[in-house]
Amino acid sequence: MAGENPNFQNTDPPTVLVHRFPSFDFPPGNRLSTQFHLLDPITSPPTSPVLLHSIRALLCIGPVPVTPETLNRLPSLQIIVGSSAGVDHIDLTECRRRNIAVTNAGSAFSEDTADYAVALLFGVLRRLPAGDRYVRDGFWPVNGDFPLGFKLGAKRVGILGLGSIGSEVAKRLAAFGCSIAYFSRKKKTSVLFPYYENAIDLAANSDVLIVCCALNDETHHIVNKDVMVALGKEGVIINVGRGPLVDEKQLVEFLVRGELGGAGLDVFENEPNVPKELLERDNVVLSPHCSVATPESFEALQDVIIANLKAFFSNKPLVSPVQKD
Amino acid sequence: MLTSSEQLEKRFTLYKFHSIPDKAHFLNSNKASIRAVVGNASAGADAQLIHQLPNLEIVSSFSVGLDKIDLAKCKERGIRVTNTPDVLTDDVADLAIGLMLAVLRRLCQSDRYVRSGQWKKGDFKLTTKFTGKSVGIIGLGRIGLAIAKRAEAFRCPISYHARTEKSDVNYKYYPSVVELAANCQILVVACALTEETRHIINREVINALGPKGVLINIGRGPHVDEPELVSALVQGRLGGAGLDVFQDEPNVPEELFGLENVVLLPHVGSGTMETRKEMADLVIGNLEAHFLNRPLLTPVL
Repeated sequence: MAGENPNFQNTDPPTVLVHRFPSFDFPPGNRLSTQFHLLDPITSPPTSPVLLHSIRALLCIGPVPVTPETLNRLPSLQIIVGSSAGVDHIDLTECRRRNIAVTNAGSAFSEDTADYAVALLFGVLRRLPAGDRYVRDGFWPVNGDFPLGFKLGAKRVGILGLGSIGSEVAKRLAAFGCSIAYFSRKKKTSVLFPYYENAIDLAANSDVLIVCCALNDETHHIVNKDVMVALGKEGVIINVGRGPLVDEKQLVEFLVRGELGGAGLDVFENEPNVPKELLERDNVVLSPHCSVATPESFEALQDVIIANLKAFFSNKPLVSPVQKD
Repeated sequence: MLTSSEQLEKRFTLYKFHSIPDKAHFLNSNKASIRAVVGNASAGADAQLIHQLPNLEIVSSFSVGLDKIDLAKCKERGIRVTNTPDVLTDDVADLAIGLMLAVLRRLCQSDRYVRSGQWKKGDFKLTTKFTGKSVGIIGLGRIGLAIAKRAEAFRCPISYHARTEKSDVNYKYYPSVVELAANCQILVVACALTEETRHIINREVINALGPKGVLINIGRGPHVDEPELVSALVQGRLGGAGLDVFQDEPNVPEELFGLENVVLLPHVGSGTMETRKEMADLVIGNLEAHFLNRPLLTPVL
């Protein structure tokens, strides 16, 4: 294959095909274009189909689907480099079948996402956006004291998915005095927090459920009606994973009926649409899928993407391969 | 569960001074019978009130702050004073971190962005990472230390200023507030309000903190030169602020209402169900101890 050389610093930079929705792109001034030859079909459609046939690396920007059809057009593809922690938009089964490696954002986003999960929890328990609104709308001098919130450290926190993000959430909330427990595909032997075998048992023993697991066939609607009943009337759900991890219709009903204490949601089943019942509630904090939207995250993401691509083109171990189930 | 007022009314004859329209008349008629005052963060017992209550024996404050009580006068008259330390440390420290997160990650604005329908038109902008930012704490007492411990879980390097350097902590000490402000990204006020610490956050400190710096105040409004703070925020000389307390509560400078780099809260530092119950228990416990001639639970004087 022409142009591919482990010592690519001395030759042309290797070619990487970019796969994205037209509305998605990296912020300008990114470092990727200086290190690799990025072929972007949206800005410059390839003149020859043979070029696509020789592509070994695909860079996925944003949640654009990678389907069997996508893969059929790229017979030489060996790696898909994702730009998010979640890879639910990539057909992993097909990739496995064709021996195509997949990498994700690794831990580039973990701290920011964990910070945001904590911020959402504060928002719900200590009523931050509601309190801020109360002041700005001029109610403080008129209506007096603001209603009381709830103490963070008194809450038992259940983390759904103790991966990179879940671990960072646990570390932070433990410092506030929260007791931590978790559910994960497998129990983690090096972790001292109590482990529960399923989401319902975790919910039954928690006051707050923080959803930060990957979205796949097993975890779709993992937070369902039974989990919400187990969590209880004062329970709080924080979702910084993916919208479909939570049965949104049930969540809305539980909140409207007062059978759930509150929710902090950064993700939804049909973004950017948010159920209008949620827009009217004071015990809910909403955010526009921005848990990783910091310049620091994007710098870290570029580091991970560059590291993965460099490792691939030099035949070295990948930095953040998505683990096989 | 009874409210604090209801609990007080069960055990004592309670007068709600703030609701009495003609305070002078009330005091004239009742001064001899009043033996205790229950104060809070907004009102306590100043020299004038103490002078008007000849049989005052104890001031029990529903707060840890003592700035609304004339301690010198109380000492002179032999009046006991109690407050509510420790029980509210966690809530106030929690709120300091909550404000830092909310300001840097624009939590309130993000929530508004969704509720107003703007998300349908496009993504919200980038904010700023909180983890790893340097935090400077003014006052390393119970609350200051609790803030430090929490911020450490976010990998924040901690520095502080206090009246004296503490030998048993690993944090960097700065001998002046200006130096602390110049060397941290987030500055939090966590000291007591006294004559020395009034306006401890002044123009010089604000300028040292700078256009990327964030001020968090969970102390008392008068810690900050409020007009200076407002103009620095409006002019962009200060990066942002998270404020739970103000110079003249419940009035908040309206120039702040239009700013997106501030979070404004209606003095909710200890405002949780759990903590207010513990504070009330302490106030009532102290009063009962006093009237039963038992040792006070949390005496200051």
